[in-house]
Amino acid sequence: MEFLSGILEYGFLQKALLTSVMVGMISGIIGCFIILRGMALMGDAISHAVLPGVALSYMLGVNFFFGAVVTGVLTALGIGYVSQNSRIKNDSAIGIVFTSFFAVGIILITFAKSSTDLYHILFGNVLAVRASDMWITLIIGIVIVAVVYLFYKELLVSSFDPVMSAAYGLPGRLIHYLLMTLLTLVTVASLQTVGIILVVAMLITPASTAYLLTNRLWVMIYLAAGFGALSAVVGLYFSVKYNLASGAAIVLASAVWFILALAFSPKQGVLWRHFRSRRKKAALKGL
Amino acid sequence: MLPRHRDPSVSVDSLFVSYHGKDALRDVSFTLLPGSMTGIIGPNGAGKSTLMKSLLELIPRDHGEVRIFGGSVKETRTRIAYVPQRSEIDMTFPITVIDTVLLGTYPKLGLLKRPRRQHKELAYHCLEKVGMEDFGSRQIGELSGGQQQRVFLARALAQEAELFCLDEPFVGVDAASEETIVAILKELRDQNCTVLVVHHDLSKAEVYFDGLVLLNGELVKAGPAREVCRPDILSQAYAAQLTFLEKNGVGV
Repeated sequence: MEFLSGILEYGFLQKALLTSVMVGMISGIIGCFIILRGMALMGDAISHAVLPGVALSYMLGVNFFFGAVVTGVLTALGIGYVSQNSRIKNDSAIGIVFTSFFAVGIILITFAKSSTDLYHILFGNVLAVRASDMWITLIIGIVIVAVVYLFYKELLVSSFDPVMSAAYGLPGRLIHYLLMTLLTLVTVASLQTVGIILVVAMLITPASTAYLLTNRLWVMIYLAAGFGALSAVVGLYFSVKYNLASGAAIVLASAVWFILALAFSPKQGVLWRHFRSRRKKAALKGL
Repeated sequence: MLPRHRDPSVSVDSLFVSYHGKDALRDVSFTLLPGSMTGIIGPNGAGKSTLMKSLLELIPRDHGEVRIFGGSVKETRTRIAYVPQRSEIDMTFPITVIDTVLLGTYPKLGLLKRPRRQHKELAYHCLEKVGMEDFGSRQIGELSGGQQQRVFLARALAQEAELFCLDEPFVGVDAASEETIVAILKELRDQNCTVLVVHHDLSKAEVYFDGLVLLNGELVKAGPAREVCRPDILSQAYAAQLTFLEKNGVGV
């Protein structure tokens, strides 16, 4: 109840709640495509690689949105280039490129002499969300929902069967870089709520929870958005009530849904699987 | 009805493909006619899948020309249905059997359009054709290999194409499914479609196909199945395996 009255009373809590719910939803939506395409590590990479962009924007006095998008997309291109033009495997290419970008970011941030901001960028500080951040998040959210809605068909077929979709003329590489751009946008939107380090959790965990619960992509997308939003609300509640780091609280909330799904999902749940196989063994004992 | 003309549906002229400078295919030329069913055969690493993929411009070619229905692949993509090897598809993807077949209607729908009732009916009809209509709401990974392959054939049927390209459709497939698939492919051929299949089992090659393209890095022979399936010609492609057999005292 305190939480509810707090939200009604304090503007910063309203902004925090709205922003983190939006971030939870859009990272859940994009996360579905990230995990289905086996690009979880790529999500981690892009989220780290926006740091130099954020630092540069900070030094130049422009909105960090622009710098983050530029370095995010550059990272995606760099990883693609290294893994396609050398014998370096994809996961190593990701590791090399994103850590380099991240390191550049750390050095730039120290030049900018703003260690408190570095801390907030890395770990998020949802209670310091400004109105302008909320609007940026809303715009990013609208863009992402619109793109996924309009190109749902193409995203579905190119994620499921990339060879067939290329055979009928879908530009696989373009779709890949479109997704990388959307991923960068999500990361930028999440900077304030969960921070760079934990963005990947919001991308992967709610989507994976949803993945355990359904056999239809559109249901998975709705569920992932739902779990993301729910994690934001519950996480923020505990963060405010017990004075916990907001990003960590949100990520832990999403991990709780995942563990529940892992145990109790009707088809994929380990618990039912265990009981089913035990019953089977017991039934065969009499033979 | 499709017009019964005898202009080649596929013509390949001195095709060269390499991976990072390593030759995969050298100087391959052949033509396919509408109303024919052709197998691409050859030993492992002969470039069978490479040939099919380069026909469809999924991998770049170094040299040569491919004409499909007299035009470039770009112009004729919507008249081609391609079934990749099953191993290239993620079978844990959250998609049901009927929705998998529905994907076949996407190429002709174009951007920003959604499948409507007529497309769903077409998908169901194609699923009936391969005898899988009772499995429509299952997740694709819950099916056996043969059932999956039938579903992907149904998807190709939903593309309402004139050229059907299948890459190793009989790998890990039970005998009954294989029979169903062959029967449907023959039916397509009789409707004047062109069917091209990458195949590795020599024993059935002559029974299944009208024509064969025998590869071993380069074209060994392309022609009617009877003429290609002769020991003297097959041994040219399978020379390496044959020396092994002879050394071990197996007569050929």
